[in-house]
Amino acid sequence: MPINVIAFGSLSEIVGESLQLENIADTNSLISELNKHYPDLQHSKFMIAVNKKMINANTPLNTNDTVALMSPFSGG
Amino acid sequence: MDKQISYERYHRQLILKDFGEAAQQKLLNAKLLVVGAGGLGCPALQYLAAAGIGTIGVVDNDIVALSNLHRQILYSVADVGQSKAKTSIAILSQLNPDIDFHAYDIRLTVDNVAEIFRSYDFILDGSDNFATRYLVNDACVLLDKTLIYGAVAQYEGQVAIFNCKTVAGAVPVNYRDLFPEPPADDEILNCEEAGVLGVVPGIIGTMMANEAIKLITGVGSPAIDKMITYDARNNKLYEIELTAVPGTRSRIPDSLDALMRTNYEWLCSANSPLEINNELFNEMLQAESVTLIDVRESTELPRINQFEHLNMPLSLLEENATKFSTETIVLFCQSGKRSLQAAQNLHQIFGDSKKIYSLRNGIVQWLQQQKQMV
Repeated sequence: MPINVIAFGSLSEIVGESLQLENIADTNSLISELNKHYPDLQHSKFMIAVNKKMINANTPLNTNDTVALMSPFSGG
Repeated sequence: MDKQISYERYHRQLILKDFGEAAQQKLLNAKLLVVGAGGLGCPALQYLAAAGIGTIGVVDNDIVALSNLHRQILYSVADVGQSKAKTSIAILSQLNPDIDFHAYDIRLTVDNVAEIFRSYDFILDGSDNFATRYLVNDACVLLDKTLIYGAVAQYEGQVAIFNCKTVAGAVPVNYRDLFPEPPADDEILNCEEAGVLGVVPGIIGTMMANEAIKLITGVGSPAIDKMITYDARNNKLYEIELTAVPGTRSRIPDSLDALMRTNYEWLCSANSPLEINNELFNEMLQAESVTLIDVRESTELPRINQFEHLNMPLSLLEENATKFSTETIVLFCQSGKRSLQAAQNLHQIFGDSKKIYSLRNGIVQWLQQQKQMV
């Protein structure tokens, strides 16, 4: 059951613009899995959205869910 | 008193379905402040002035640079070196002389933010650094102002409306719900460091103007509590529903007085504002109530005899910190690295109760510059 991950801004330089992961139960385990593969992610601040809704606590993930990771932008 | 509608000027939007005189009158009565007349501010200002926002303020202490012109297309070569706030308003007044324009040729700070924001109903943030962005967000929450937010990085942009109360009692989303604390110094590159495609702030700034017009007129659905992202490389738009997070409010100063005591530059340390250049360092040498400290080891050369100072190696600084009674402490070392570390350590101890600075690039280059000046 794949989970889709998409990354915006500088995060896409760390994890790529999009990737798919299998056997991920919730957002916490997704982030720790990503941290293992992409250590630079640990030093980044980002907002997480599941299926286009921002989350602020661990959230269960189901097949074909899309998790968006969004970094803050400062440019103007 | 309502402003007079120019039927000729606004004809094309007056005849729009759902728009009409009522919407135009709302625009003419609206008061909107643009923070930063740069890549985002310029296009937003052009469309908002053209659409007939009755009162428009521009706050920016920056001057036009040649490297701005690839995206800040309000300006021309003749404007290089001129104030952005004043120049933008001079140009926009020619576009629409019916608007009350106010130029604030100053940097938005904790000391002036409340006074400036109070005269406006809507704040449009087109600033280019996190210190200003967090200041604008917190001030909007404390002063109950709706914030039209936009930001860009390289090929991408974000647009959102924050702190907009739509339903009585509901808590609106603010920027800190998404990003509670500013990113670390080296985490996010700004446009100067990472680059930006000129059309990106053009598109995002125009989207911000669109959100402002929708908010003010009630036409369409503004992006309240939503973030829209745009990627110029593939034209992808992605919209995220935002949520207010319990506890975020505790990260925002609890009053305007507390905000005035918050050091946003420190919080974000965008360009390490704790570092000072030679010019400021020389001013510090003349100032009263300043302690100058050499944080090098006592054996290091060259010795400094040009001005009075203390010797306190970085390793001993913290345990002796309470001995420094002056309001301002200026630190220096060979290259500026250790003194910056020392400044950060002392800031941990003193918080905002003392002003602490580090001489950028160190004392050796300062000595060389002094020689050249003689």
